[in-house]
Formats: sequence, structure tokens, C-alpha cells
Amino acid sequence: MANTSTHINVHNLDMAYGSFVVQRDLNFEIKRGEVFIIMGDSGCGKSTLLRHMIGLNTPARGEILYDGENFWEALPRAREAMMRRFGVLYQSGALWSSMTLAENVALPIEAYTDLSPDEIREVVSLKLALVGLAGFEEFYPSEISGGMQKRAGLARAMALDPEILFFDEPSAGLDPISSRRLDDLILELRDSLGSTVVVVTHELASIFAIGDNSIFLDAEVRTMVASGNPKQLLADPPTPKIREFLSRGEL
Amino acid sequence: MEHNINLESEISTHPYEVRLSRPTEDTLLVQLSGNWTLGKGLPSSGEVEQALETGQRVQRVIFDTQGVTDWDTSLLPFLKKIMELCDHHAIQVEEDGLPQGVRRLLQLAMAVPAKDTGGVSKPAGFLARIGNATIGIAEPGAEMLSFIGDTFLVFLKLLRGRARFRRSDLTLLIYECGAQALPIVTLISFLIGVILAFVGAVQLKQFGAEIYVANLVGIAMTREMGPMMTAIVLAGRSGAAFAAQLGTMTVNEEVDAFKTMGFEPMEFLVLPRLLALTLMMPPLALYADFLGILGGAVVAKGLDVSFMQYFEQTRQALSPKHFALGLIKSAIYGVLVAIAGCLRGIKSGRSASAVGSAVTSAVVTGIVFIIVASAITTVIYEVIGV
Repeated sequence: MANTSTHINVHNLDMAYGSFVVQRDLNFEIKRGEVFIIMGDSGCGKSTLLRHMIGLNTPARGEILYDGENFWEALPRAREAMMRRFGVLYQSGALWSSMTLAENVALPIEAYTDLSPDEIREVVSLKLALVGLAGFEEFYPSEISGGMQKRAGLARAMALDPEILFFDEPSAGLDPISSRRLDDLILELRDSLGSTVVVVTHELASIFAIGDNSIFLDAEVRTMVASGNPKQLLADPPTPKIREFLSRGEL
Repeated sequence: MEHNINLESEISTHPYEVRLSRPTEDTLLVQLSGNWTLGKGLPSSGEVEQALETGQRVQRVIFDTQGVTDWDTSLLPFLKKIMELCDHHAIQVEEDGLPQGVRRLLQLAMAVPAKDTGGVSKPAGFLARIGNATIGIAEPGAEMLSFIGDTFLVFLKLLRGRARFRRSDLTLLIYECGAQALPIVTLISFLIGVILAFVGAVQLKQFGAEIYVANLVGIAMTREMGPMMTAIVLAGRSGAAFAAQLGTMTVNEEVDAFKTMGFEPMEFLVLPRLLALTLMMPPLALYADFLGILGGAVVAKGLDVSFMQYFEQTRQALSPKHFALGLIKSAIYGVLVAIAGCLRGIKSGRSASAVGSAVTSAVVTGIVFIIVASAITTVIYEVIGV
């Protein structure tokens, strides 16, 4: 984390589905190597923001910059190159169900590197071992548990050593212990790979355990109402709603 | 002034009863008694509402529920309606007379005012619906055109050798679309041959020209029926399967995962399916042609036309041109069925029922495409005289 330059910059972002505005005037920056939390109440547009950042939804207005490069104004090829620096872990894991875990992890490696099949097999085994799934190479996603699917999804997201890892509700549907293990894994990866991590979550335990910085999206006023380190936000909440959110309503 | 309403339903043994009275000029006393359970139906609050809205102005509503022996959800909508009406008319409600549990449930139900989500809107008027439907017609058309355009672009990419997809996917799809379809194609095309022969035989027999059944079956199968029946079978088999696969992948975010990893779904998912179906349709159609002719021969045998005679007659009637024209059609059907299946799958919504309608729509679109394309190509063949 020696380099604390700005990695991602979101500028005046408006998000909308048709004429329905989800969030407006979002402004924040994410520093290289930090764990950045996007939190907010249900339906506030957290996941929608993530979808905008990874290129699945087009902004209604505003810019998203990666290392100063405008994502949505880039030419398709340049944008694809930027996307290759992302790794995304979807809420459901989103493993390709017709492929084994090894094939899931291998596919991006096959497509974007010149490694031989044997080398790929070795890399895949390593990635699966990193998430504690050594030996599950030949299993299909439907044959393993939800927690394992998430971890396999993480292995796939890490396949190309991404600069930025995006997590959509990583702890959703996980028991507290698996959820804690996933948090530890996220921190471990950040520390060892130096990746920037963006996490969408409303899991308080995770927010405090891993978050370096955060923004809070409000569903009522449809914009971000606070940003900063989650622990500081709890110590000095800017609005009653944030205090209520971060203290689980126990005032 | 006192009236007594007995809301007892016929099946009920313990009636629920509402009794309205006015202890003072501006106070309405609602006395409830009996058994208020869902099994007895949902009581109407109409009488109370009428009492509140007509006659002398009521300032205060009080309740007496001493006589209620049992209650569940059926009591709540009744009271909620009264409360909302009182709220609307600024009438004071005293809940003291209600059971503790009822009061707490009512508080919960009224705590969060209904949000104006625009979800429960009044059904649009007749003209508005016609207008919306007319505007809506253009949308799927535009969607389809842009999909066909995208398909063409990835096809060009394939020709330049730049398309990326897993070769193993293509092999598997070819096996699923081709070899696995053989039994059903065998059955259908043999029977179509039999049916054509029967229909023809009845007419031709009148002229003693049974032998020409061979011409009829041979030409009909190779030029039209072989390719068309194969295409319809594959629209039901493979077109539906494509829509279901791609729709489920959309629901599971698998398509999103492809996109964010830089794999274009058109290239990675649609192209192998398009290739598999387009490659497999002509050989299957050719196979169907022969099975249909065989079906005709079996019927002709019953008309005392020997197999040898029948096949000799067929050989004279058919030239490679007839097969070629049919196979061109079948390749076109292959492209269309694959496009219909993939389009519906990729555009599927994110729910189980959306995948269901994507599959239905894929089969319907596929069959419509086949019939329309068949008509157009037949007219073109006729015009250019082949």
C-alpha cells in the first residue's frame, strides 16, 4: 500500500433505469490498494453502482475514471483492456454451470495468455488452492456448496491477477464463519497482490472488519450522504440514519 | 337509534356480529361479538362506513369487543378500513375497547404509509392500450434487427479467424443438435413420407397412375417437406434448448460474468450455437429426404408397386438439383432457428417465468421464421425457374 494514488474516480455520476433515477450526483475516489465499501439500505442502488463500474450498465450522466482514463468514453478495445484488469465476484458466484471449476478458472487464462495447457493446469490448481478448493478441479458448480461456489468465483475473478477486485455482496447467503473466512481472504489478497478492492455489502461485521473507506448511499434522497472510514463514521455519524445503520438500529 | 346487523353466513355455527349504536349524539359505538376467523369469510365494513358517512356527524368512534370469542386476520382488514375512513374524515378513534393484540397489529400495519411506487396503477383506457401496443410492436422488431446485425458481425469475425469460443462447446453442440436428433427426425420424416404417399395414391389411383406416387413423394420430400420438418423438429428441440440455456445463464449472472471478463456473449455463446445448427441442419434434412422416400416406398408396396419399380421411378424423377434446392433451404432454416433461440435466450428477463416465456417465444418465432422463409424461397425458386 505504498502507492496511495487515486485509482478509481467517480465524477458526477447519475444512474437511471429508463426515466427512474436510482442515484444522482455520486462523487468519490478510491485509492490504490484500499478496501472500499459501498453500503446503504436495501434497494438504494449499491449493486447498480457496481454494475456501472464494471461496464454492465451505462451511466445516465457523469464519468468513471480508472487511473485517469475515462471508462465510458474509451474506444471499445481500450475499454475491453481496462475490463481485463478487473476481477468480479458476483452475488451468486455466477460460475459457468456447464464447465468444471478448473475450466471456469482456466477460461480467462486460456483466452488472454499464451500459457501451454500444462502450465494453465498448474496455475488453475494454484488459484483454487488459494481459496481452499484444492482437489475440486473436476467438480461442476452444482456439485459444491454455496460458500464453495463463492470461493470458486473468487478464484476465477483472480485468474488474471486483476488490479481491482469487485465483490457484490460477498457474504450474502454465507454462514458467519464462512463469511468471516471470506473477509480474511479478501484482506489477504489485498495485502499480497496489492489489488484495490471494491465491496458492495450491508453486512456490518464485514464493513468494520475490512473497510478502509466507504460511501453510504441513501434510498430516500437518492444520492450518497456520507463517505469515510466506516469506524470513524460510526464514531462521528454525519446523519442519524447512518448512526442507526451502523449500529444496527440499537441506539 | 339502534340497528342490528347480523352478518352470519349460512355455514357458520358461531356468527360474527356487528352492532352499531350511539351512546351519545356524536359518538358511534361499534360492538363486535362472536367468532371472527377467516374460516367464516372476510366481514364487510360497509354498514359501519355507511353509518359514518350518512346521518348525523360522528366525532368519535369507540369499540366494544367483550363478546368476541375468537379472532384472527379476518378482524384486521375490517378495523383498518374503519380507521382509514375515520382518519380521512378527521374522526377520533378510541382503540381502548380493542384487544391488545389487535391494537399492536394495527399499529404495525399503519406504521409505514403506503409508498407511491406507481406499481398499482389504474388499468389504462382502451385507446391508451391500443396506442401502447402499437408503439410496442416496433420494439421487438428493432431488437431482432440489431441482433441479426450483431450475428452478422460475429460471423464476419469468424471468417477473419478472430472469433473466440471454446471448440469443445461447438463439438458438444454439434452432437446435441445433430446425432441426438436422429431418432425423432427418423420417425417424423418416415411418417411424412407415408402420409404424402397415401394422399397422392388416393388421387393417382383414379387414373391408374400409382407409380407416380414416387415422383410426388420424392419431389415433395427433397424440395420442401424434408428440410421443413427437420427444421420444425430442431426448432422444438435445439431452438428451445438454446433459449433455456442462455436464459438460465442470464438469470445466474453467467452472461454478465462473460461480459466483464471481456468475452462477448454473441461470440462466445451465440456463434457456436449458430454454427452447430447451420452445419447440422442440411445433413439431417438429407437424411429426412431418404427416410421420407422410404416411407413412400412402403405405402407404394401396398399398391403393388415393387421397391425396385418405386426406386427406379424416384431416380428418374429426382435430379441433384432437387436435393440442392432443399439443402439450401435447410441451411437457411438452421440459421433462422438458431437466431430465434439465441435471441430469446439472450434477451430473457431475470426470473424463472421469464425463461419460460423465452423458450415459448423461441419455438414460436422459430416456426414462424421457417414457414415465412419457406414461402419466400419457394417463390424465388419459382421466379428464377429452378
